[in-house]
Amino acid sequence: MSVLVYTEHTEGKFKKSAYEAVSYAKAVADLIGTSVTAVTIGTVAPADLATLGNYGATKVLHVSSEQFAQFINQAYASVIAAAATHVDANVVIIANTFSGKGLAPRVAAKLEAALADGAVELPQFEGDKLNIKKTAFSGKAFAITELTAPKKVIALNLNAFEVRESGGSAAVEEFKPEVPAGDFTAVIKDIIRITDKVPLPDAEIVVSAGRGLKGPENWAMIEELADVLGAATACSKPVSDAGWRPHSEHVGQTGIAVSPNLYIAIGISGAIQHLAGVSSSKTIVVINKDPEAPFFKVADYGIVGDAFEVVPKLTAAIKAYKGN
Amino acid sequence: MNILVCISNVPDTTSKITFSSDHTSPNTNGIQYIINPYDEIALAKAIDLTEGTDGKVVVINVGEAATEATIRKALAIGAHQAVRVDAVPRDAWFVAHQIAMYAKNNPFDIILTGRESIEYNGTQVAAYVGELLGIPSVSIAKRIDIEGDRAIVEREIEGGKEVLSIPLPLVVGAAEGVAEPRIPNMRGIMSARTKPLEVIQPTAVPELSHIVKYESPEPRGSVTLVSADDVEQLVDLLHNNARVI
Ligand SMILES: Cc1cc2nc3c(=O)[nH]c(=O)nc-3n(C[C@H](O)[C@H](O)[C@H](O)COP(=O)(O)OP(=O)(O)OC[C@H]3O[C@@H](n4cnc5c(N)ncnc54)[C@H](O)[C@@H]3O)c2cc1C
Ligand SMILES: Nc1ncnc2c1ncn2[C@@H]1O[C@H](COP(=O)(O)O)[C@@H](O)[C@H]1O
Repeated sequence: MSVLVYTEHTEGKFKKSAYEAVSYAKAVADLIGTSVTAVTIGTVAPADLATLGNYGATKVLHVSSEQFAQFINQAYASVIAAAATHVDANVVIIANTFSGKGLAPRVAAKLEAALADGAVELPQFEGDKLNIKKTAFSGKAFAITELTAPKKVIALNLNAFEVRESGGSAAVEEFKPEVPAGDFTAVIKDIIRITDKVPLPDAEIVVSAGRGLKGPENWAMIEELADVLGAATACSKPVSDAGWRPHSEHVGQTGIAVSPNLYIAIGISGAIQHLAGVSSSKTIVVINKDPEAPFFKVADYGIVGDAFEVVPKLTAAIKAYKGN
Repeated sequence: MNILVCISNVPDTTSKITFSSDHTSPNTNGIQYIINPYDEIALAKAIDLTEGTDGKVVVINVGEAATEATIRKALAIGAHQAVRVDAVPRDAWFVAHQIAMYAKNNPFDIILTGRESIEYNGTQVAAYVGELLGIPSVSIAKRIDIEGDRAIVEREIEGGKEVLSIPLPLVVGAAEGVAEPRIPNMRGIMSARTKPLEVIQPTAVPELSHIVKYESPEPRGSVTLVSADDVEQLVDLLHNNARVI
C-alpha cells in the first residue's frame, strides 16, 4: 500500500500544481500511514527531481527514456499505471491540469480504480473506502463521492490545496516501464508557448473584463492592471464570442473554471453562467458602474464606478504600493 | 466518414441547482433540460465534416426515456440517426462503457464528445472511451481538422497550445472554437420526427464509486464597498484583510 503522485513539468520545470499535488499526496499518505512516491516522465534535472522531497515524496521514479520526451496521454497513462503497480499504490494523485484531465480516466481504467475528478479537499478514509468532495454543476454545487474500489485515482483541482514544505529529501530512481508500441500513434506536430503571459488556469490572480469595456481597443488598461499584479487576464463569454479576446480567456460555466486567490471582475454583470466558473475564487473584487449588477451579491469588495476611471487609478495605486 | 456524437442531457445553464431535503439528489422540478452546450459544438462539427458527403452522424445518449426530447433536438439539428442506451447514466465510467460497447459493434471514424458535461464536469468520458477501445483520445480540443486518414487536433496546455496529428479512429472532446453550434430549422424539426431512434439495453458495469451527498457552496458574506475616489483603500483591504496581494 502506498500513494503515487504524477508530477507534471514543462520543459523540465515543475509548476505550482505539481507541488500542490505532492503536498496533497503527502497529506493523504499521512492519513493512511504510508509514504509517497512521485513519478516524473521526461527529462528533468536531478536537482529539480530531488526538490519533490521537500513537499513530502520519499522516492521519485524518473522515466527519462527519449521515447517519452513528449506528452502522449496514452503512453503516459501506461507509465503511470505501471508505476502504480510497481510501488503497489492504492491511491494515485494527478493534478487536474489540461494534460491531467486527459490522463486520469485512462490511468483509472487501466487500474480498474475509482476516479474522483476535481477534488477540492482531503479525502476521509473509512477502512478501504474513502469519501471525497468534488466540484459539480459547474461550481454551483459539490458532490461528496464515495470511492469503493480498492484502488483510487484522485484528480486534484488547481489552487485547491496549499503547497506544504516538509523539508524532506527524495531518492531518485530510474524507472523503465514497458509500454505497448500502440500507445505512440499520436504525433505532436507543434507546441506554441505563450511566454509573456501568466497562464489562466493556474494563475493566483485573475483580472477579468466584460462587455462593459465596449471594445477590444480598451483592453490595454486591463493588461496593464494584470501586469502590475502578475495576474492572468480573462473575459466573459460575449467578449470572446465577439472576437475581442481569444476563447482561451473565456471563463464561466461554458469556459474555463478558475479558482484564484483574487478575481477582479471589471464591467461584467455577473450572470449565473459567468459566476459558475469563478465563484470558488477566494476573494472577488467587482468594478461596475451599475450598483444593481448581480456580481456585487457574490463579491467581497466592490467599487461602483466607471471602469475607464477606476482601473487606471487602481493600477497606479497598486504600482505605488508595490514600489514601497 | 461516420461520426458518433455523445450527447448528455443537462439542466439549462440558467438553472439554480438545489437538492432534496436530505441532499442526496438534485431537484428536477421546474428544471429545463438541454443538450450539453459542448455537445452541441461536437454535433455541429460532425455535421460540418459530413455535410455533402455520404458520411453519417449518429448521436448516442445514455439516459432514460425522458431524454428523448433532447435526442430529437439533436436529430433536428442534423444528426442522421440516434441511439439511446436505456439506463440511468450512473457515472462517466458507466456511460463510457455503454458508448464503447456500441462503438465496438458499430465502428466509427471519429467519436466526438463535449469537453465536459456542465452537470458533472468530469472530462472523463472521452478518455475512458479511448482507453476502453484502445484508441487515442484528446479530452479538450480547440480545433479539429481531418487530413486524409489522420485528425489534426489542437489542444490547450497551460500557457499555450499543442497541435497533434492522430490516426483515425480517435475520440475527441470538443471545446469552444471547434465549431459554431447550429440552430435547428423548420425542415430539420419536421424530419427529426421520422429519423430512426434506436433504444438498446445497457451492459452491466461494476460500480466503483457513487455520490453520497450534495452540498451547495457556502454563501459569501456581504460586499464591502469602496469609493471610486479611494482606490487606495481597496489596495489596503486586499493587502491587510484579504491578504491576497
Ligand atoms: C448556454 C449559455 C452559456 C453561457 N456561458 C457563459 C460563460 O461560461 N461565461 C460567461 O461569462 N457568460 C456565459 N453566458 C452568457 C451570460 O449569460 C451573460 O450573457 C454574460 O456573462 C454577460 O457578459 P458581460 O457581463 O460581459 O456583459 P453584460 O451582461 O452586457 O454586462 C456588462 C456589464 O458592464 C457594466 N458596465 C458597462 N459600462 C461600464 C463601465 N464603463 N464601467 C464599469 N462597468 C460598466 C454594466 O453595468 C454591466 O453590468 C452563457 C450564456 C448561455 C445562454
Ligand atoms: N449520459 C450520457 N450519454 C451520452 N454521452 C454522455 C453522457 N454523459 C456524458 N456524455 C458525453 O461525455 C462528455 C463529457 O462528460 P463528462 O465526462 O461527464 O464531463 C459530454 O460532453 C458528452 O459528450
